[in-house]
This record gives sequence, C-alpha cells and structure tokens, in this order.
Amino acid sequence: MERQPRALQVLLAIGLVALAAFPLVGEKFYLQFITKLMIMGIFAMSLDLLVGHTGLVSLGHALFFGVAAYALMLLTPEYQAAGFWTSLGVSLGVAALAALIVGFFVLRTTGIYFIMVTLAFGQMTYFYVHDSSHLGGSDGKYIYVRPVLEIAGWSPFDLERPAHFYYVALAMMVFVYLMLRVLLASPFGRVISGIKENEHRMRMLGFATFRYKLVCFVLAGTLAGLAGWLAAAHDGLVNPEMLSWHQSGQLLMMVILGGMGTPSGPILGAAALKVLELVFQGWTKHWQLLLGGFIVLSVLLLPRGLAQLFESKRRD
Amino acid sequence: MTEVALRTAALRKDFGGLTAVNDVALECRVGQMHAVIGPNGAGKTTLINLLSGDLAPSSGRIEILGRDVTGLPPHRISQLGVGRSYQRTNIFMRFTVFENCRLAAQSRLPSSMRFLRAAARYRAVNEAAAQAIELAELGGREQLPASSLSHGERRQLEVAMTLATQPKVLLLDEPLAGMGGEESARMVELLKKLVPGHAMLLVEHDMDAVFALAGLLTVMVNGAVLASGTPESIRANREVQEAYLGSPGHE
Amino acid sequence: MDTAIFFIQVLNSVQYGLLLFLVASGLTLIFGIMGIINLAHGSFYMIGAYLAFSLTGLIGDFWLALAAGVVVAVLIGLALEWLVIRFLYDRDHLYQVLLTYGLILIFEECRSLLWGDDVHGVPVPPALDFSIPLTENLSYQVFRVAMSAICLAIAAGMYWLIQKTRLGMMIRAGSVNREMVQSLGINIGLLYRVVFALGVALAAFAGMLGSPVSSVFPGMGNQVLIVSFVVVVIGGIGSVKGALVAALAIGFADTFGKVLLPQIAGMVVYLLMAAILLWRPQGIFGKA
Repeated sequence: MERQPRALQVLLAIGLVALAAFPLVGEKFYLQFITKLMIMGIFAMSLDLLVGHTGLVSLGHALFFGVAAYALMLLTPEYQAAGFWTSLGVSLGVAALAALIVGFFVLRTTGIYFIMVTLAFGQMTYFYVHDSSHLGGSDGKYIYVRPVLEIAGWSPFDLERPAHFYYVALAMMVFVYLMLRVLLASPFGRVISGIKENEHRMRMLGFATFRYKLVCFVLAGTLAGLAGWLAAAHDGLVNPEMLSWHQSGQLLMMVILGGMGTPSGPILGAAALKVLELVFQGWTKHWQLLLGGFIVLSVLLLPRGLAQLFESKRRD
Repeated sequence: MTEVALRTAALRKDFGGLTAVNDVALECRVGQMHAVIGPNGAGKTTLINLLSGDLAPSSGRIEILGRDVTGLPPHRISQLGVGRSYQRTNIFMRFTVFENCRLAAQSRLPSSMRFLRAAARYRAVNEAAAQAIELAELGGREQLPASSLSHGERRQLEVAMTLATQPKVLLLDEPLAGMGGEESARMVELLKKLVPGHAMLLVEHDMDAVFALAGLLTVMVNGAVLASGTPESIRANREVQEAYLGSPGHE
Repeated sequence: MDTAIFFIQVLNSVQYGLLLFLVASGLTLIFGIMGIINLAHGSFYMIGAYLAFSLTGLIGDFWLALAAGVVVAVLIGLALEWLVIRFLYDRDHLYQVLLTYGLILIFEECRSLLWGDDVHGVPVPPALDFSIPLTENLSYQVFRVAMSAICLAIAAGMYWLIQKTRLGMMIRAGSVNREMVQSLGINIGLLYRVVFALGVALAAFAGMLGSPVSSVFPGMGNQVLIVSFVVVVIGGIGSVKGALVAALAIGFADTFGKVLLPQIAGMVVYLLMAAILLWRPQGIFGKA
C-alpha cells in the first residue's frame, strides 16, 4: 500500500492547518476562490478513483457533476432555500443512479473506446440540457438561495456566509479524502488496484471484475455529484457548461497534472490549475499561453505529474 | 482410484475455418499428473484456455469436480476450485510478491465487496498467502516487487498465486518455459510436491520434466488426440515416435 | 420533404462528411501509426482556416493561397513533431492527452494574438461563385460540389499512397510492428515525422477548403475535434477506410438529424456512436 513521502505528508498537514485558519484572516474573494478550489478537489478525487486507481479514463465525468447540480436547482423553490439534507440526498441519489445506468453500458468497453463512449454519454446529456428550455437552455438557471442546514431544528451554519460555506466544503473535502484512503486499503480497494494492474488475471483469479468496476463507477459518480451539488450551491447558477466535455477534459487535466493514483495528487492538480489560472490571468490577457506552456513543460519534465516533485528518491 | 476431478468429452474449438481442438476427451484425477504434449500448434494452449474458461468451446462438454462447467466464464470456473498458471508470465508486476499472493488468496473470501476494514488485516487471507509462498519456495522474497524477480522466480510466483487460491485442480501451461537447468529442476521438485493433493494437468515441451512427473500422458497433434496412456506405453508407441518424439536424440 | 430538398440535404451530408473525413483521416493515421492521441488536431483545422483568411487576402487567389497554406502547415507540423511530439512516443496515452491539451491552449492564444477574436469570412473563389438551379426556388452552390470533388480526389490520392507506394507500405508496416520496421533499417523517426506532417496538412487543408462555407472563428477547432474523434472511433482506429465510412455516416446523421429531429439534433451523432460501440466495440473496421 502506498505511503506518502514524508515531505508531502508534512506539507499536507501544514496545508490543512492553513486551510482551517484561513477564514480568520482571508478576504471574501479569496475565501470564495479557495472554496471553489476545494470543490474541484473533491471533483478531481472522484475522477482519480476511476482514472488513477481503476485505470478507467472517463471523458464524461462531468455528467454526474452536472446532473447533481441541476437536481439542486430543480429542488430549490424560487427565492427560497432547499433543505440541506434532502437536496443533498436527492442530488447524490440522482448522480448515483445516472452512474449506475451509464456505467452499465460503458463498462463493456475498455481503453480508448471507453474514453469515447463516456464522452458520448456526457455530450448527449449536455445537448439534452442545452436544448431544454424548461431547464434554462443554454443560459441555465439561478439558485437564489443556498440550502438551509438544520440539525434537529438547530441551525449552526448559515451557508450564505462565505466562511461557513468554506468550512462545510473543507469538511467535505477532508471527509472524501479520508474515505478514499480507507476504501483503497480495503479488500474492495485492492481488487480495484488489481483490476488496474492486470484485469485479465483478476478474472482468472476468480473475481467478477465487472461488478467491482460498476460499484467503483457509481461511487465515483456519486462523489462527482457531491462536488456538483456544492458547486451549484456556491455559484448560485447551473448551466449546461457544467456537463460539457470541456469540464470533463479540464478535470482530467487536473488529475493527470497532479499525479494519477496518488492520494493527494488530484487536490494538488486542481489547486495548481486553478491557482495558475488566477495568477496568469493577473499577469496578462493572454494567460492561456502561459498555462499551456506550463502544462507542456510539466509533461516533458515530470513524467509522473506534480506529485512527483515530492517523491523521495527511494520508492516503497 | 480417486475421483475424477476434470473430464472433457468431445471437446472442440473452431476459429473460423481452423479447428484448433478437435474431439478431445481426457480425464484427470486427484493425486495424478496428466501431461499433454505435442508439437507447436497442436492445440495444447487452446485446450487449457478452454478448460480455464478463457475461451468458450464450439461444442463438447467440460466437467470439473462433478459439475458441468461448459461455457462458464473464467471467474466462475476459478471459484469452483480451478487454478491456472500462464505460459507468458501473467502476474501483477508492480505489486510485491506477497501482495500478488495475498490478492490471489483474497479471491476466496465470500465477497470482496468490503469497504471498511483494511485488507491487510484479514489474517486468514494473509496466512493462505504465506503458505502458498512457502510451498512455491519463494520464502524470504515477499517484500520484493514482482518486477525485480528473476525469470525463474516469476514462474514460481505464477505457481504461488495459483496455489493461493487453494484449488483442487491445477492447469499448468508450460511452467518451465524459458528456464535453465537448475531452475527447471527446482520447478520439477516443486510440482512433484503438489501432485498428491491436486489433480494436475500439465502442458509442457520439456520432455525430461514430463517423463519425471507425469502419471498419464496425452499426445496431441493438429488439435486431436493421437494417443493417450502411461509414459512407457507412449514412449513405445510408434505413431507418437514418428509424429513427435522423433528419432533418438531429439529434444 | 420533397425531392429537391432531400437532394440538397444529401449533397450537404456528403460535403460535410467528406470534409470531416479529411480531418479524421489525419487523426486516425497519427493515432494508428504513431500511437499518439493528439487533442490539438482541431487546432490545425483552425490554423488552416485562419491561414486561408490571411493568405487569400495577401495573394488574392484562393487556390494559390491554398497551396501556400499547405506548405506552411507542413512546416508547422514538422517543427511541432521535432520540438515536442517526438517525446511522446513511448509515453502513456494520458500524458499525450495532457500535453496536446496544453498545445490547444497555446494555439488558441497565438491565434488570438495574431488574428484577434473576431469572426472572419473567406470569399468563395470567383470562378466557382455561382449556383446551379435545381427547382424554381432552390439552387445549390457549385463551390460546395467542388469541395466534395476535391475531397474525393484527396481520398483517392490517399488510397493510392497507402496501398501502392513504398511510403504507404512503410506506413502500413509501421502501424503493425514498430520494432520490426526499425530493424529493417527504415528510419522510423523520419517516417513518423512525415506521417505527422501529413496529418497536420490534411487537417489544415480541410480548414482552408471549408473556410468560405464555414467562416473563420475562434473555437472552430474544438467543435471539429470532438466530432473527428467520434469518426475515428466509429470507423476503427488506424483505418482510413473506416474514417471515410464513418465520416459519411456522421455527415448524414448530423445533417438529416438537424432537419428531421431538431429537438435532439445535437445528440444524434453521439447516440450513433454509443450504439455502434456497444454493438462492435472496436469500430466498424477496427482490429478486435
């Protein structure tokens, strides 16, 4: 089982403390920026479960992100708030169901064909939403009020306040991170790793691999749905672009850039891409040139993604 | 005589116009090593693929441990107690030796849909893996990544993984492939140890090993069974000599 | 739908399909022979269109501009292969995807720097700028017919190249067994460079040829990229024949889809792909 290099562990711990402390000093713009970052971190971790750990490269993962977001929109009455737990439950349920249906079909293919069928399903959903006026068409729709969080009648958090939303997002990101660590060390997780390493052998050893891939796919889709619900609640807007292949593609970039299959790689990748975007945007109107250049250079120089920067010379 | 663990009847596999396996009937019993030999292209690997479920037969019947398994997918056949090793090493290169065997042993859990407890804490699984490693004489190499093993050790790992699933029936596809003299001798000793508890079907080209191990021999040529019987009777069989064993000094 | 309209839609389908074929054939060659997934392929299409815009303005004659544009595109392809692409050959597909995605960003921004973000038009060459009347009210642009004819000529040329020339034989051999070709003394590096440049040229040429019809605008590369990938996958990776069949199929599906089923027009192509892949996962002419 992979242990993270010391340097990285220390860095992550520091990062976590910094993240927790940030709302005390940070201004609203950065609070919101980092909240979005954390949401993308969850989204990226969900894709990495497929890409980095199971070897399933999906170009349609934004589908689940988007349907969960739209579910929240549909559940939110105009100018009122949806319930936190109900809307979250329904959004996750919708994402899970979508993943079950899509997974049932796409997991019959592998390799480049898998990439393309996932793309196909993603695009089909995109066009359906894009052309549906009752869903807001190409403009999308607004969510004017964020969900209201109540635990047995008590409202400790007001999600309208950036700092509170920030902490909810942070808690969820940490929860997902820990959940994935536990999952990957479990018997299920070992089967997934085995499937990635040599699926044929796994079948010959007696594992019904399709079942495990499907469960993994549903899990990944559900977590993407979590990110989608958070994104919709945070931005107050859902639009078809959330389902587009651009979204899926950008997400894939984050995962690859950060280092696939490493525990913190997806978060690093999401952070790197978003932060670099922000920084480069501050420098020049033509920031995409810099970002593109950065990506090209890091592929040429860092074969295993950004997480490689922290790897010790010896490997376990 | 012990039970028949593996039996085929009129087994046939066609690939388009080519009949790779033609009307093959054979039996394998617990405590017996049944070797299948023949020239290249005789259909031996196809035969093993049919038995392990990698390929579905065009017609005929396969029975394993009393059950009709014809056409079952490989994972189902494996769960019935069949282990198969590969001619071209088919292991988990990036995992350690121990993890290779542990994962193999994990396949015997009623279900691996377990999400909470760490896999490393399943004691029975770990023990089965350790036992298999000992049996395959890889003790001491557990923490090495499989990619760093020598060729012979990788073949041993192949066998270890198969053993970790605690099979009754062993299908071995050229376990000695690519091995030098000393490694071969070690592998032969290992296989000999395994015979009493298992029904073993062996495909091999190494004639010394075959005659040292096999209780029963089947010769295949062009997909069909040419002759079947004890090693002595096969050695004396003129047809076999002409078709395969050749004049003295061959192989 | 009456006959004239039907006929027009057929012509449109063929024209769109054939243009798509040019782009997709380059993509399938690059992927099939070099094993490289090139997301920036759509960018070459865009570069071609923008080159047509500039060179037609500079030179005046559409066809000369086309010829000049092809030369420029080939040079760009060669340079790119030498600078960046050749480091991708033995890398995992995912890193190829990531790097070529970075290239898309770079190309988009360069386009913005050189040509700005406005939409441009390229005038139809005057010699072909008329229409053939089909009925009292309907006519069809001759230039579009010419486009299809040119694409067919190129398709025939590619067939001849791949089946009947020594280069084609090397291409076919290289796609099956890279090491073997190398050991035969053929310079695989050079072969790859040529194939890549060919692929780039095809995409750029398609962009140039189609520019009078589709105009020249930012983001045109992305649209064509996705559909080209669909063509390659449906047709079978590495198969030029498959790319032709699939491109035409998509040409028809998309064109008639927009007319007959406008509510799901955008989805039709993807439904087709999903259906084909679930029936025959390796594509129509792909190797199993």
